[in-house]
Amino acid sequence: MRPMPHDDHDHPHALLPPEPALRVKALETILTRKGLIDPAALDELIDTYENRIGPKNGARVVARAWTDPAFKAALLADATPVVADLGYYGRQGEHMVVVENTPVQHNMVVCTLCSCYPWPLLGIPPGWYKSDAYRARAVREPRKVLADFGVSLPEGTSVRVWDSTAEVRYLVLPMRPDGTEGLSEDELAALVTRDSMIGTGLAEVPS
Amino acid sequence: MSRVHDMGGRFGDGPVVPEGEDAPVFEKDWHARALAVTLASGALGKWNIDVSRHARERLSPKDYTRFSYYEKWISGLADLLVETGVLTLEDLKGEGGDAPHPLAHKAMTAEAVPGVLAKGGPADRPSNVAPAFVVGQAVRTARPAANRLVNGGHTRLPAYAQGAVGRVLLMHGAHVLPDSNAHGLGEAPEPLYAVVFPATELWADAESPDDEVVLDLWQSYLESA
Repeated sequence: MRPMPHDDHDHPHALLPPEPALRVKALETILTRKGLIDPAALDELIDTYENRIGPKNGARVVARAWTDPAFKAALLADATPVVADLGYYGRQGEHMVVVENTPVQHNMVVCTLCSCYPWPLLGIPPGWYKSDAYRARAVREPRKVLADFGVSLPEGTSVRVWDSTAEVRYLVLPMRPDGTEGLSEDELAALVTRDSMIGTGLAEVPS
Repeated sequence: MSRVHDMGGRFGDGPVVPEGEDAPVFEKDWHARALAVTLASGALGKWNIDVSRHARERLSPKDYTRFSYYEKWISGLADLLVETGVLTLEDLKGEGGDAPHPLAHKAMTAEAVPGVLAKGGPADRPSNVAPAFVVGQAVRTARPAANRLVNGGHTRLPAYAQGAVGRVLLMHGAHVLPDSNAHGLGEAPEPLYAVVFPATELWADAESPDDEVVLDLWQSYLESA
């Protein structure tokens, strides 16, 4: 086997200021001065993920699936081209699989090794998704993790946890809440929470 | 063997603390800057996604544990920039000068951002490695979970799933093999499968005998069981 280079504790990053905000600023400044990054591009990247790409995208997909059986069938069969047709393709969403919650099976998504997440549909993951506690516990005790979110599953529902170990990204299709007959697609989308599409929550019941 | 990032199943981390649905995307301004600097630096073309993941995993266990999420990103990025020759140690110390960099022509512009994000970086490839397994087939994962090309190298088989028997649930086609691609050894695409394991196969005290865990696993991580 080959040995691994650069594998000691003495890493170059230690030369930057230790305080995190200063560390980021220092590296940004060095790269900007050398022309390697453009601050305007950084602003554009941040604006994209703060304001334009987020869980509202996924919610639209779910609401459509709740109201259009042909769309739902296509989505569950091969999600990537279906969501791409709605404009939801790109970085960290190149290979999409949608998994459906039913009365007998609840799905939940984690990335135990890092923080893989379907960016085009859900945006940047929340802090808890990237936390050690979620990464460590979701695979071993998903029901206790669900309890941390105030969710308990009915008797007879099994849990299937998806550990995102490759470049395939998973989106949970939550169950449509009761009492939503006659709601429009937009009204339904408003009930679809980010957590319900990760599988740590359920879709909201209309008030 | 494994590194500190490989924490699936670990005990002792305490509760998961949910955030409201309308919590800010970036809790602090520097979190946003760290993400953006990392994405923009990727456009220089000096590494791929497997290399950048591995750079974070190679942080010393002490650093990995004490660093917050985006500290890992920015520190892994600084290490990569030096290892790939983009920056020098003097640059990181702030003693490197401001002369235009030979790679400056590759810098991502604001106008290019939407196109770069929309294009993504698909990992599926044509491959001449024929699928060895079919949906429904019983398979066993490798043990130990380890890179077989580079000692201590990057792999995507978590330790908690090593030596476990499951069955093939989905076939994803052929994807770039991270164990090779993270080390400059080529993309080496091979079949990728979603494999489902009973929770009782993985844990001493599974919450329910009906629960399952699914992992995406490359063919070379698997043998017929």
